[in-house]
Amino acid sequence: MSRSAELLAGATLLAGLAWAGMGLAQQRPAAAPAAVPAAAQPAKTGLGREAHPAEVAAWSIAVRPDGQGLPPGRGSVKQGEDIFQTQCAACHGEFGEGAGRWPVLAGGRGSLKGENPEKTLGSFWPYLSTTFDYVRRAMPYGNAQSLSNDEVYALTAYIMFLNDLVPESFELTRENFTSIPMPNVGGFYDDDRETSERAFWNPNPCMSDCRPTPPRVTGRARVIDVTPEGRSGPRVE
Amino acid sequence: MTPRETTRLDRRGFLGAAGLAGAGLAATATGLRAAPPAAPDPLITTVQDWARTLGDGVQARPYGSPSQYEKHVVRRDVEWLTASRESSVNFTPLHELDGIITPSGLCFERHHGGIAEIEPGKHRLMINGLVDKPMVFTVEDLKRFPGRQNHAYFLECAANSGMEWRGAQLNGCQFTHGMVHNVWYTGIPLKTLLDEAGVRTNAKWLLAEGADSSGMTRSIPLEKGLKDCLVVWSMNGEALRPEQGYPVRLVVPGWEGNMWVKWLRRIEVGDQPWHQREETSKYTDLLADGRSRRFTFVMDAKSVVTNPSPQAPLKHKGPNVLSGLAWSGRGRISRVDVSLDGGRNWRSARIDGPVLPMSLTRFYVDFDWNGQEMMIQSRAIDETGYVQPTKDELRKVRGVNSIYHNNGIQTWLVHANGETENVEIG
Repeated sequence: MSRSAELLAGATLLAGLAWAGMGLAQQRPAAAPAAVPAAAQPAKTGLGREAHPAEVAAWSIAVRPDGQGLPPGRGSVKQGEDIFQTQCAACHGEFGEGAGRWPVLAGGRGSLKGENPEKTLGSFWPYLSTTFDYVRRAMPYGNAQSLSNDEVYALTAYIMFLNDLVPESFELTRENFTSIPMPNVGGFYDDDRETSERAFWNPNPCMSDCRPTPPRVTGRARVIDVTPEGRSGPRVE
Repeated sequence: MTPRETTRLDRRGFLGAAGLAGAGLAATATGLRAAPPAAPDPLITTVQDWARTLGDGVQARPYGSPSQYEKHVVRRDVEWLTASRESSVNFTPLHELDGIITPSGLCFERHHGGIAEIEPGKHRLMINGLVDKPMVFTVEDLKRFPGRQNHAYFLECAANSGMEWRGAQLNGCQFTHGMVHNVWYTGIPLKTLLDEAGVRTNAKWLLAEGADSSGMTRSIPLEKGLKDCLVVWSMNGEALRPEQGYPVRLVVPGWEGNMWVKWLRRIEVGDQPWHQREETSKYTDLLADGRSRRFTFVMDAKSVVTNPSPQAPLKHKGPNVLSGLAWSGRGRISRVDVSLDGGRNWRSARIDGPVLPMSLTRFYVDFDWNGQEMMIQSRAIDETGYVQPTKDELRKVRGVNSIYHNNGIQTWLVHANGETENVEIG
């Protein structure tokens, strides 16, 4: 068989397979009505498989503000302090103050309106659930998902203590978890740009003589001089 | 009148309105050409190596790379921005690119736990929560689904231009605007997978989760997930790059980049948002009164002139091409205006190439430059009538501590020698 004849035969075979596939697809709706009486049900392809309950449990670890997703467990401030010193303090400081440039976890209360807001778990985060969820899924940085549920409860309790939200004797459990109010829980509202920034929708933006005087330069990146490498601002000879 | 004459007149009018018309401009417009050189150019009169010897054969470069003379066209980072390299960002070299498609290897990166290197055969995508049947899909399963789609969308980090809230800081559009890229995605609608699992009637929110060590999670309204979100495995015609989520990522058209979960491994269906770290501590926008906006999903209309810009100064008087990018998370770009005099006078730029919804859009202004100082700005307008605001207009509403969603108009100061600076004007 010549090369081109082989190719042709292959193409014919592929076309045959494609038609066979379509035939199968066409058969499916005919069989469907018996199993799915509801008219609005989208067609199923049958691809994928049902998840095993243990698989869902292994991955579905998100915790909501209402406590949904919290595992059984408990941990005290005292236990949390010990874990924090070995697992967390190298980056976050012994008291959550942040080592070097790593994130600060405590303090900053009342700073949100100021010139330099310090957004910590105590000063900014609206929900305690986020602390538990995030520590459990993503910390320690570089060794995520290595902590037991009790250890995460204990660390959460210690971080609350560092933020003056609970006394040193406190123990956090799944049962008392949602009873501790966070200071900034009321500090958030849903995106309102379409009303608060309504003026940015403008059918006739100014096209000429838009300002009475020529603009003046009020700030220059070159003066601040924090751009990496000279290539970012070549000089022209 | 021929189209060419129209263009030239338009160009003159543009500069005239900007107060930049002058003798030099008139000279270039009449078409002065450089005289032949006193000595012939040896690049022409002698045979060059590449014209004499054989180059590499066909299999010397089984996966091709850019020319060795383009080594400067790379992603760059700003070390002082973040505490570690694995939870950090780098920047697309916008000033070196043209058109609307970002080459895959130059798309900016943003990771929270480094690049997860996942063997595709070991990747799983789970759909669970308020569904009739929790399901698991392999990457091969995804590629067998009917209804595969192709779309070009921009992905912009919510923090793009975030370092510029308090004033001009970084000198180059790569750094001020380079947390954006625009590629062709191939994948299937997220709705297809949700239909397969059977979403229950009380469902309102989705939680998208990544397989990397940051366990990246975001809550997404179900309505958006059903409308146009995609589960993709391909960018620009080939597999996703590892740094862009190989083997599977979520595409959330028009919305902030953080929600485009990479290495997508799970979609949970629920009736409330989860208020995860990346939508409480991060990606909330602190305003001057100490309260914060949350769920600021959409990226508003924005534009930037990429050339000239601080990394791409003007080098010649006479004919020059001003070029830039505009985009909007609310739909198509309908117009881009450009000013050369700091916003006193504007002319509409020429848009070339496809104008796709929620995609980068390329604009040009062909102009003659006589060496005068210019304050270049661009202003995007989208199909909803939204006009890109100035930074001052934004600050008036939001203050200077909101970090994210800075889509204010950028000003480049072009000096008489062509050097170009990032400036703020007042």
